[in-house]
Amino acid sequence: MLDRIASLGRLGLDIVASLGRSGRFLGGVLAGVPRPVSGFPLLVKQIYAVGVLSLAIVVVSGLFIGMVLGLQGYTILSDYGSESAIGQMIALTLVRELGPVVTALLFAGRAGSALTAEIGLMKATEQLSSMEMMGVDPLRRVIAPRLWAGFIAMPILAVIFSVVGIWGGMLVGVEWLGVFEGSFWGNMQSSVDFLDDVMNGVIKSVVFGFVCAWIAVFQGYDCVPTSAGISSATTKTVVYSSLAVLGLDFVLTAVMFGDF
Amino acid sequence: MAQRTIEIVVGLFMVAGLAALLVLALQVSGLSPKAAESTYTLYANFNDTGGLTPRGKISMAGVTVGTIESISLDKETFQARVKMSIQSEVDNIPADSSAVIRTSGLLGEQYIDISIGGDMESLQEGDTFYSTQSAMNLERLISNFASGK
Repeated sequence: MLDRIASLGRLGLDIVASLGRSGRFLGGVLAGVPRPVSGFPLLVKQIYAVGVLSLAIVVVSGLFIGMVLGLQGYTILSDYGSESAIGQMIALTLVRELGPVVTALLFAGRAGSALTAEIGLMKATEQLSSMEMMGVDPLRRVIAPRLWAGFIAMPILAVIFSVVGIWGGMLVGVEWLGVFEGSFWGNMQSSVDFLDDVMNGVIKSVVFGFVCAWIAVFQGYDCVPTSAGISSATTKTVVYSSLAVLGLDFVLTAVMFGDF
Repeated sequence: MAQRTIEIVVGLFMVAGLAALLVLALQVSGLSPKAAESTYTLYANFNDTGGLTPRGKISMAGVTVGTIESISLDKETFQARVKMSIQSEVDNIPADSSAVIRTSGLLGEQYIDISIGGDMESLQEGDTFYSTQSAMNLERLISNFASGK
């Protein structure tokens, strides 16, 4: 009995300690902003790995999600004879919710897991500690460019996702199902507001990008340096990032669109 | 891959992101790049504004000529006072025109339609519409019909 209570206590302490470590880690990384000139190539390389290489999955998923929204929306809206509202439905769903959230989930799976595994392997093969011995700060050299790259790439990916999704919805709605193109765009433009809808979506994706990149690099940096440790850290990255994104999405939506 | 190629690809990636944001701004949210047009303010009092909302449109003969600025309650008359901003180039609205709340389609949003009068004088900045027609209230219509009025 007492053992059980003790293990519960240990679990709680572990969680608190790991939260504290991740906070201190974030502080260290943010203090080590990549130097404008010498850090720039590192940052560009990471944006390439994290952003450009995620482009394919983001574009393909965006296209299909937009097309499905078009089909589903048409089926529901045509019952009420208002299939011209399909444009506004697709645009609002994508720009406000699906764009940032689905991109963040894909980002956590595609880029976050890779970041964790890469940093975890660097730790396991003691590259990080040898860097420290050479007097190079691994936080500044390895971690900071990756964190900033996620931070920069995520909003760009989310915006591209929304645009491709809206285009996919237009393909299905206008080209295939025959909704009048003028009312498709007209309804969309009269109901989507740039600041309230588009920019709030971008703010969401900035927050998600930050959280996903933070979780990914921290899990890699903090992992147990064995092959089992790296695999469990990679799993944790995907699970924690997804949960954090969905939870934060609710909070942000309540703050942005809820009427208090 | 050479550093230069990577830099070019990342540059293209960022340009694509900016272009996508531009598409969202111009094509999806209909933000027009021209500066805010000069407008003047008119008022109208309604008994019932129904589902009218700020930023709704004001049209004449189906052409949008302005937007609804704000809707407030006049505590003296218990009517709703709607503040509207009309494009300055439409400066010859006859003074006896009336403001009518209409619904676009059966379930669409409500907007204000200005039906033109025949007066030689026109409404100026800060004027109030003399005659208005409130939103059609389906419930009231049905209850009037049922009670035989």
